[in-house]
Amino acid sequence: MSERRARLRIGFIPLCDAAALIVAADKGFAAAEGLDLDLVREVSWANVRDKLNIGLFDAAHLIAPMAIASSLGLGHVKVPIIAPFGLGVNGNAITVSPALYAAIAAVADGNIVDPRVSARALARVVAHRRARNEEPLTFGMTFPFSTHNYHLRFWMAAGGVDPDEDVRLVVLPPPYMVESLAGGHVDGFCVGAPWNSVAVDLGIGFILHFVCEILARAVEKVLAVRDRWARENPDLLARLVRAHDRAAAFVEDHTNLDEVAEILAAPNRVGVTPEVTRRTLAGHMKVAPDGTTRFDDRYLLVGRNGTSRPDSTQAAWLYAQIVRWGQAPLSAELLDAAKAVFRADLFDAALGAQGAKFAGEPCDGIGAFAGPPFDPNDVKAHLAAWEIKRSFPKSRS
Amino acid sequence: MDASLKIVIVDDSPLRTAILEDGLCESGYVNVVRIENTRDLLARIYSIDPDVILIALENPSRDVLEQMFQVSRAVKRPIAMFVDQTDAASIQASVDAGVSAYIVDGLKKERIKSILDLCISRFNAFSRLQTELEQTRSALAERKVIDRAKGILMTVKNLSEDAAYALLRRTAMNENRKIAEVAQSVITAAELFK
Repeated sequence: MSERRARLRIGFIPLCDAAALIVAADKGFAAAEGLDLDLVREVSWANVRDKLNIGLFDAAHLIAPMAIASSLGLGHVKVPIIAPFGLGVNGNAITVSPALYAAIAAVADGNIVDPRVSARALARVVAHRRARNEEPLTFGMTFPFSTHNYHLRFWMAAGGVDPDEDVRLVVLPPPYMVESLAGGHVDGFCVGAPWNSVAVDLGIGFILHFVCEILARAVEKVLAVRDRWARENPDLLARLVRAHDRAAAFVEDHTNLDEVAEILAAPNRVGVTPEVTRRTLAGHMKVAPDGTTRFDDRYLLVGRNGTSRPDSTQAAWLYAQIVRWGQAPLSAELLDAAKAVFRADLFDAALGAQGAKFAGEPCDGIGAFAGPPFDPNDVKAHLAAWEIKRSFPKSRS
Repeated sequence: MDASLKIVIVDDSPLRTAILEDGLCESGYVNVVRIENTRDLLARIYSIDPDVILIALENPSRDVLEQMFQVSRAVKRPIAMFVDQTDAASIQASVDAGVSAYIVDGLKKERIKSILDLCISRFNAFSRLQTELEQTRSALAERKVIDRAKGILMTVKNLSEDAAYALLRRTAMNENRKIAEVAQSVITAAELFK
């Protein structure tokens, strides 16, 4: 290879959806592109963001809405971040305590595997608690600008539960989710793998929903770099994207399942048993402490069906949630800026244009269980479809 | 300097917190509250109502603090991260030292610059201390291993202490290994032959 070898520092949070990044580094796909990846395991998304922003990291495994928030200057300094590669679609789950699971099941008017049924049932549980003057239910999520926050809100609001008025949503670091559920500090949470499985294995949680049951195609983590870094290092970026593309294909090849599960399980990577990472990759989830399993081949997509190609519709959907929950105003400029974070052009430049349509994918690119199809050019219509929403406070800049 | 500022330190290392608190006290900041256990972190911070929050980067609860940027009925005063966009060096220094600061929105940066600088230097002092401690610990452990190996050689080969040590050193040099490593091999071998 004529290109110069390069060393890149990349931050990540120990979660299964860092699979493409971890496999790119540990299985030689990056090395084949002349890249030596130093993966730095971090403890908080704020650390990942700050270290990426100031250039301590060249790239990072980042929750997709954080890349948008950073580029729009929401909640923090404005640093333009771009996503040239999608690390994962779906992969989150909503887990609740045995008590809340029983309460939801008891008042459900159908099968609670259906999120319409479970969300309506949650609204009844909330109403009962209020009538008895009990404390509101508390749910954990990972960050104010996180898919987990928006997935929880989207689900419960569709059933008539106001996520700000009727329940409490609190940020919890993923490694603290399980002990908070066990200790009764939260009644449920939305988080990525492996934490839902850990709660079920300990007998203290039931997986109520896979996020793919709420949204068929929900962008989760992206490979994020500073816009400026991308401009200054187009060749490095293309090599990084190619390494990720090959790694994602390796992850998606089910004959490699055991090997990938082992690679992810290493103590300096995700750091759980291979059996747990394997469940997530295969989509065969143990959902209840009694061992009941549920299968969904859309549980986590690492590049399959074109999911690693950045999709501006997904960026628009996330921006729509940011606006719906009062974190930013609605404007055409901000919508365009959000869409511009997801760089399909850089993906295509590295890998060649990929215009293929994939069968079985949602027509609007999102596939939400409730509401009208999503139109990425009409966020206003998306917001108009919902009664429960916030307005952006005018007093804040 | 502004002694009236109320400062919260979120760090689960009691030693580092003490070092920082000491420094703040010396500089006249007497209004310092430590939070070591991060359970119900937000509720506790709201009740303390601080002007400045200092948190170790290694603490996963940083993400919990980020929630304070959001509008919430519980917040009396909005909090912002201390980021001076014109001063990249100070952000770099604080991340390198492993600490981050959040301040009440509207506080002038001059009022907290000295706190942040002090925080950075104390965090750095702590990591120097920790490195020295590690080095001392491993030197001590190595000495114990070498002493045991010397004892074994003295008994088995009927050597004087000096001769036993010279043998270890010569072998280490010949094999291009550390004396402590050779000593460990001697101990392992002796255990196998028991």
